[in-house]
Amino acid sequence: MTEARNLNQEHSYKDFPVEIIGMKNLTSDTRYFKVRFVSEEIQNNFIYKPGQFVLFSIPGVGEATFSISSPPTRRDFVEFGMRKVGTFTEAFFKLKEGDIFHMRGPYGNGFDMESMQGRDLIIVAGGLGAVPLRSVLLYAEDRREEFNQVFFLNGARSPDDMLFREDFMAMAARGILDTRLAVDEDPTGKWPYDVGFVTTLIPKLEGKIDPEKTTALICGPPVMYKFVIQELLKLNVPKDQILMTLERRMKCGQGHCGHCVIGGRYTCLDGPIFTYYDVQHERELI
Amino acid sequence: MKTYIMEKKDFPDFIKLLQSRGKLFGPIKQKSKYSFEEIKDASELDFDYQRTVIGIKKFLTPPKYKTMTFDKEGTEDIFDGDETNIVMGVHPCDIHSVKILDRLFLANIKDPYYAKKRENLIIIGHSCLPDDNCLCHTTGTDMVEDGFDLFLTDLGEYYLVWVGSDQGLSITIAAGNLLSEKIDQENIRDYVSWQQKRASMFKEGMPAFKYMADIMNLNYDSPIWDQFGEKCLSCGTCSLVCPTCNCFNVDDVILMNAEEGYRERQLDSCTLPHYSVVAGEHDFRPNRTARLKLYYTHKLMDYIGRWGQPGCVGCGRCVTYCPVDINVVTVSNALFGEVCETKEVCE
Repeated sequence: MTEARNLNQEHSYKDFPVEIIGMKNLTSDTRYFKVRFVSEEIQNNFIYKPGQFVLFSIPGVGEATFSISSPPTRRDFVEFGMRKVGTFTEAFFKLKEGDIFHMRGPYGNGFDMESMQGRDLIIVAGGLGAVPLRSVLLYAEDRREEFNQVFFLNGARSPDDMLFREDFMAMAARGILDTRLAVDEDPTGKWPYDVGFVTTLIPKLEGKIDPEKTTALICGPPVMYKFVIQELLKLNVPKDQILMTLERRMKCGQGHCGHCVIGGRYTCLDGPIFTYYDVQHERELI
Repeated sequence: MKTYIMEKKDFPDFIKLLQSRGKLFGPIKQKSKYSFEEIKDASELDFDYQRTVIGIKKFLTPPKYKTMTFDKEGTEDIFDGDETNIVMGVHPCDIHSVKILDRLFLANIKDPYYAKKRENLIIIGHSCLPDDNCLCHTTGTDMVEDGFDLFLTDLGEYYLVWVGSDQGLSITIAAGNLLSEKIDQENIRDYVSWQQKRASMFKEGMPAFKYMADIMNLNYDSPIWDQFGEKCLSCGTCSLVCPTCNCFNVDDVILMNAEEGYRERQLDSCTLPHYSVVAGEHDFRPNRTARLKLYYTHKLMDYIGRWGQPGCVGCGRCVTYCPVDINVVTVSNALFGEVCETKEVCE
């Protein structure tokens, strides 16, 4: 958060022009975007943590919140993954390489990667949850020596629905992270990895990790959390080491507009990363 | 706290002094309701009121305001609030509401739009006498220690003028002979008997808000919520009139020429259907019960957990204006187990 203010010396809602420098379709309705601040100085000062988010702005269309998908270890660009689901994303998908939009942030607490040094990591992504967790994955690849074992468990509905499919297959081939890719259904029967819900991958780690020295990082659709948490608890991963990133409606990103409140917490300020221990008694959580 | 006496005959001159320092607003009667409006002359002011429809929040976080304009060339931020606004006749509950809004907009990440308006707002409080919808005595907001620049207590022929800030002090210094520092025992007796009279006027049997956090927690799954949810019209009036409701939406508006437009903040309400919908149409609070529960647990439970006091200042606006009688009193009483005394619920 302190880094975020460096960028926003003028005022906290100040946004800056950003150029789209690359894009490609990930699935039929999701697209990858690579962007860079028009000002090199701002690009250099844009320091963030995995798990933090930004607000995009297109004047005349509005603002919307997106998680950063690139790791802070790679400084020349910022990457995003976006599903076309609403007014903003429909307008954004019409932009082309070289087009300019505005961005402000980063916001939110983000993952404290330094606190995970020397630990085993279990990174569990479902569907679109792979977008923010990709920041963690690439960070862990770039700084592999900082962590003990790193498991990446990714789930998608079908092979065609898996975001960053080729990237993750390459990641599995590199073997820097223990990458396991599951699809709920495999219509062609040719998926070379696991078939089944992502939750079925978790029990397979039993005996392979030291639960007291393990941190789990989860992001996925709302229905996924309960089942993933159950499985992680069976492995004896401590409740305060189960980190989940939550999504809520947001209009400001800085604790003013009220929409993202869960109990006494603001998802934008106190989150979006919460430990299961902190929020296990919140009734409106998922 | 520095205190003065001002004779009421000097009040019109005091108003002229204030007008020389900024745009002056105060409570005026509009048909049967009151509103903070711009004042040209002291005679327009009507201090014999309990509550305006919308509180002092309209000067700080107005129902609608532009934050940016844009055209083909680019964008330009808009920060309203260059001129000084002086609001008179503000009751203790509304002053407390500003303290709550300040905490939200200024204490953590500073909201530049609010900050600008707040810096240029002078608050002149005024004493009040309660009606049956007032419950500030149960929320601990019937008195103010700070949060105002000046505060006038009406003691019949004269005012006691309390100074609450340097800004207020500079006004009293400029007022010169309009104010007197000579306060004697008789004035103190007047003040104490006025206080006693006021204390005796509050309606008894209001819910005890200091227990509310626990009660709400215990009753989180109570069917009472569904009974209120069934009745709620999801109209958002409660948020419009509540002086501590600040949630806003942000919308871009394009003008008819399709070449320029503006970004606007609009007061929102958690009781409205779209409030918790995220992209992909997932709705975290898909029914009126869930949204109403957010409204009341946020104000009366989570606020107490986070700040030690409720987000309700006891102004009685929801009591007065909710068309189906869902308000802090009926909800609290129902949760305290007096379901059938709030007969709207049992009918």
